Amino acid sequence: MAKVSKKKVSKKSLKKSSKGTAKIAEVKPDVVYDDDGDDDEEGLYNADENITSEEDEDGEDERKRHKLLEAISAIGGKRKKKLGERSEAAVQMSEFTVNAEGEGDKVDLSDLIGTMEKTSAVPAKAKKQLKNLQRSTKTIECPLSKQESQRIQRDVAFQKAATEVTRWKGIIKQNQRAEQLIFPLNQEPSGPKPMERVVTGWKAKTPLEQEIFALLSANKQPIHDPVLTPTEEASMRAMSLEEAKIRRAELQKARALQSYYESKARRERKIKSKKYHKVQNKAKRKDFVKQFDEMVRSDPAAALDELNKMELSRMQERMSLKHQNSGKWAKSKAIMAKYDEGARKAMQQQLEVNKELTQKLVTSLNDKEEEEEEEEAEVLPDFVNDAEQGLDSSNPWMRGKLSEEPTEKEISDTVVLKAEGPGAGGNTVVVVEEEEEEEEVEETEEEALLREFDSRRKLRQAQETDIISADAEEKKAEAGDPDTSDKEEEELSEFTSLFQGMADSRREAEAEQAEAAADASHTDTSAQLEEGLMRIRTLEDVELLSQEAADEAPVQPQEPPATENLASATPKAGKNRKRKRGIELKTVLTKEAKVIQVPLAPTVEDTEDSDEKLDQRGLIREAFAGDDVVSDFLKDKRKQEDAGKPKVVDLTLPGWGEWGGTNLKPSRNKRRRFRIKTAPPPRRKDQHLPSVIVSEKRNSSISLHQVNSLPFPFQNHAQFESTIRSPLGRTWNTERTVKKISKPKVLTQLGAIIEPMAREELMKDKKQASTGNTSIVDSRKRNH
Amino acid sequence: MCCHQLTSHSFVLLVQPRRQHYKLKDMITRSEEASEMAQKQAARFDLLLPEDAGFLEGDEDEDTPSTLYKNIDLNSKQLMCEINVMESVNDVKWLHSEAMYAVAQKKWLHIYDSNGIELHCIRKFNDVLRMQFLPYHFLLATASATSFLQYLDVSVGKEVAAICTKTGRLDVMCQNPHNAVIHLGHSNGTVTLWSPNQKEALVKMLCHQGGVRSVTVDKTGTYMVTSGMDKKLKVYDIRAFKPLKSYFLPAGASCLSLSQRGLLSAATGDIVQVYRDVWNTPVSKPYMAHRVQRTIWGMNFCPFEDVLGVGHGEGFTSMLIPGAGEPNFDGLDANPYRSAKQRQEWEVKALLEKIQPELISLDPTELGQVDRATFEQRHQDRVKALGFDPLAKEKFIPKYKKKGRSSTGSVERRKRQVAHEDQRDVIRKTAEDKMKIEKERKKREKKEAVLSSQRSALDRFKK
Repeated sequence: MAKVSKKKVSKKSLKKSSKGTAKIAEVKPDVVYDDDGDDDEEGLYNADENITSEEDEDGEDERKRHKLLEAISAIGGKRKKKLGERSEAAVQMSEFTVNAEGEGDKVDLSDLIGTMEKTSAVPAKAKKQLKNLQRSTKTIECPLSKQESQRIQRDVAFQKAATEVTRWKGIIKQNQRAEQLIFPLNQEPSGPKPMERVVTGWKAKTPLEQEIFALLSANKQPIHDPVLTPTEEASMRAMSLEEAKIRRAELQKARALQSYYESKARRERKIKSKKYHKVQNKAKRKDFVKQFDEMVRSDPAAALDELNKMELSRMQERMSLKHQNSGKWAKSKAIMAKYDEGARKAMQQQLEVNKELTQKLVTSLNDKEEEEEEEEAEVLPDFVNDAEQGLDSSNPWMRGKLSEEPTEKEISDTVVLKAEGPGAGGNTVVVVEEEEEEEEVEETEEEALLREFDSRRKLRQAQETDIISADAEEKKAEAGDPDTSDKEEEELSEFTSLFQGMADSRREAEAEQAEAAADASHTDTSAQLEEGLMRIRTLEDVELLSQEAADEAPVQPQEPPATENLASATPKAGKNRKRKRGIELKTVLTKEAKVIQVPLAPTVEDTEDSDEKLDQRGLIREAFAGDDVVSDFLKDKRKQEDAGKPKVVDLTLPGWGEWGGTNLKPSRNKRRRFRIKTAPPPRRKDQHLPSVIVSEKRNSSISLHQVNSLPFPFQNHAQFESTIRSPLGRTWNTERTVKKISKPKVLTQLGAIIEPMAREELMKDKKQASTGNTSIVDSRKRNH
Repeated sequence: MCCHQLTSHSFVLLVQPRRQHYKLKDMITRSEEASEMAQKQAARFDLLLPEDAGFLEGDEDEDTPSTLYKNIDLNSKQLMCEINVMESVNDVKWLHSEAMYAVAQKKWLHIYDSNGIELHCIRKFNDVLRMQFLPYHFLLATASATSFLQYLDVSVGKEVAAICTKTGRLDVMCQNPHNAVIHLGHSNGTVTLWSPNQKEALVKMLCHQGGVRSVTVDKTGTYMVTSGMDKKLKVYDIRAFKPLKSYFLPAGASCLSLSQRGLLSAATGDIVQVYRDVWNTPVSKPYMAHRVQRTIWGMNFCPFEDVLGVGHGEGFTSMLIPGAGEPNFDGLDANPYRSAKQRQEWEVKALLEKIQPELISLDPTELGQVDRATFEQRHQDRVKALGFDPLAKEKFIPKYKKKGRSSTGSVERRKRQVAHEDQRDVIRKTAEDKMKIEKERKKREKKEAVLSSQRSALDRFKK
């Protein structure tokens, strides 16, 4: 827009400057307009000049005026270009000394569009577009070279491919990190699929099927989930876990009982002894009679039922030819009957049985027996079940018919229970009675025990008076305890002072050794001194020293046990003894051992300081006066320590750099310069254990089997050692653990084609990964 | 590119607190998980073990001074065999199974089978006083009167190590079942620990003022109980070598034995005393005591049974000690109920899983640690193991040439031709490098001089 304004300004100035040149002005608007695109004012002036130069003949006035104008414009500070004459070598000069308008400038869009405004043939849309174009200052860059464009293309393609590939990154990483990969990757789980999955994919197509499905859905029968109907599911939901457990337990029990019963029955049926069966039957019969009696009393209806049953069986017996000696066996017996007494008898018996069974019921009792007999011939007598049912009414298995009118059943159950009252109730009564009896017995037993204890106590007291010596000893020991502890403390203080003295001397010795290796004599004397010190020590001292040493250690692991434990142990022991005298139960039980207990009892170390034991100690000391075990040991230890220390190497040569000769020692300075010290060795393992020498030798045999360089991903020894810490073998682990530990990294199915991952896998895995990640996070949270 | 990565990586390693490689992270977490799972599973498995006590054929090693000894099956109380070896018998030990046992007789070591048939007489092992069998290593360790500790590999019949302990008669011996280290008691009150890999004692502990009479170590290898001539009974924590408890026994214990559940039996003269929990609480009186006819020579608890076998002057007594044996046995390790077939299979398996004697050390977990020894030390070990130095160069011996060409001078010249051949390249290279550097330095100096072009008056004297 700025340009436009400028043009306007230039126009005005022109008008101002030349009123006389109206003609020119008339002609010019076009020119000016033409030049509108031109930015410069100079161009405009140029044009003016041009025209003036072309119309030379216009006269002197004209020229003067022009000159004036020129002068004015020169005053205005704007230089005008000299044109028309070739005075200098210039590019923009034409051969006709004509200066082409705007030759040096580029052709602009506005130059071309200028006339468009007026021509109506050009559509408005195109005009607008062109204007827009005109307004935009951007220039179209020249096309790139082939190489460059190709490079860019390649770049773009790479980026595209990279983005495509990075989408797989997650999966790849996941697979790399996976503990185990099973190929082919998207395996369908083998084995039977759940019914639902198979069914859901299937739809009813034929009219018959549709009809069936309509029926099923109308009756709320399961279509997709063929296992449970909605009502069943509801009931399932209604049943709580505990209930389910209880019910399961009940079922289990019932099943177990049934199986027990069945096996028992099977076993009994297999028994071939006739006598056994006879006895058994008799017993059962008796039982049944008893029950029936009760039933008659308590539940006439049931009794009637039973009677009816018996009647039925009688009828059956009468109808059948079972006991009528008409079978194969009977015929063979009949042949033998002439000669064989037994056969005859058997036949007779059969007939008798028949008679019995077909006898009309006169009294209920008789018939019941017969009935029973027959029933027992069958496998499972009903009453057995009945009885059990009575015993365990809660057991569903024992209920017989589950669905049949539970309320009535319950009532009957209760009735039965009542009926069985004499049986069961009697039992309970018996039990109660027994318990009472037992209590009585216990009471009596307790009394007896108490009496026994009393008598024993008396006896023991008598014995104690007899064996007073032992007790006296113990008492002495107890009395001596505080004294001994005091003594201990004193001794301790002594030892500490001794030890400190020794440590000081040792320190001195070390310092001296470091300072002057040559001063052997001095160290010798110190060593002698130390030996003199050591002579006094005993083993106890050494132990105390060890504890002292442990105390001196920065950690201070167990300071109190040194003195306090020992001190506290004795009173405790005394207390224990007292308490035991109060209880005395164990001594009662091991009375025989007690007789020889006195010589056996080991006493805690402190008590040994009583007079008698001191004597013993003295004896021992006398016996081993020759070999001072402790000092020997300490010497040995010192030797080992010294051997482990690095030696100071003295490389001084006499006579080099100074005078040499007899009675001339190399100077101290020189000696110091040529003494080679090595780094102090690491601390000995037995530094704080004076009574222990631990060998510092390297066990090279095991190093052959050790890992001697850190394997790749590990960054320090501890990491590696922690990972190989736990054993892998079957000897130390359960089978499951072994399987988990020794899982192969990659599993391939034999014969299966392993195909590259499909793009669908990517999407699936993304979902999985997102869920998996969350689950991992969850598990971690749980862990921490 | 690669180089750049490397450098950047190293830079990261140097500057940042090291970031863990994801592989490493996974590895560590996985191993942690596995060990945790193993522990949990093992704990669960333990709970399922039956609580019954077991029975095992007697592992009774009786020291009988008589020449006659009997071999009794403690399970059925039947005599398996009885032989008269016509010599004094110092010690008897079962080997890995009940089919064989070793007898230390007056002179040599003999091995018999369960029927009393002599299988071997080992002349390399003389004057043996005590023996210990290391079941997982198949090693029979013997201590002799000549102060030699010898190891016999029973599976191959070879002597593994013979160590002169230089400590006199060795008649007190026991093993640490945890790490298969042999404990020896000496007359100077020390107890020494030995492995077949080291010629000197691993540890030497001063335990008693008088001589050591008996030593035992508990099943877990945590506690050691010693008794000495000073009539003391001491309990040590053998992992830290620190004394825990010290008791005074009026008569002094001549013989000690620890049961699987940690009951301690001590023989004082003719009395057997059994103590419970000696290491935790100060014991004031025995759990059980029993007097036998005459002095006790030896005793041992029966594994997986509440039975203590005592050998004494009058014969053999077995005592019932409630709570002595381990009721839960590991059927895969030692099954008291195993059949003959199972025993055979176990034997094969045990032989396959035999632990080499080199692996015996004070700390059994040492094998799982990284060996941080220096290269030199490792090389020394290698040289020691191989018997020669694999890295050593063979010395150049010039060939003998005739016609006077093997004169001393020419031989020397030839030697010089070969000498330091391997170092020559290096030396040449370094020399060249040095020359180059020197040249460059000179060039630079010259340039500087030209550039500065301030010649002092003394420059004319420069070369």
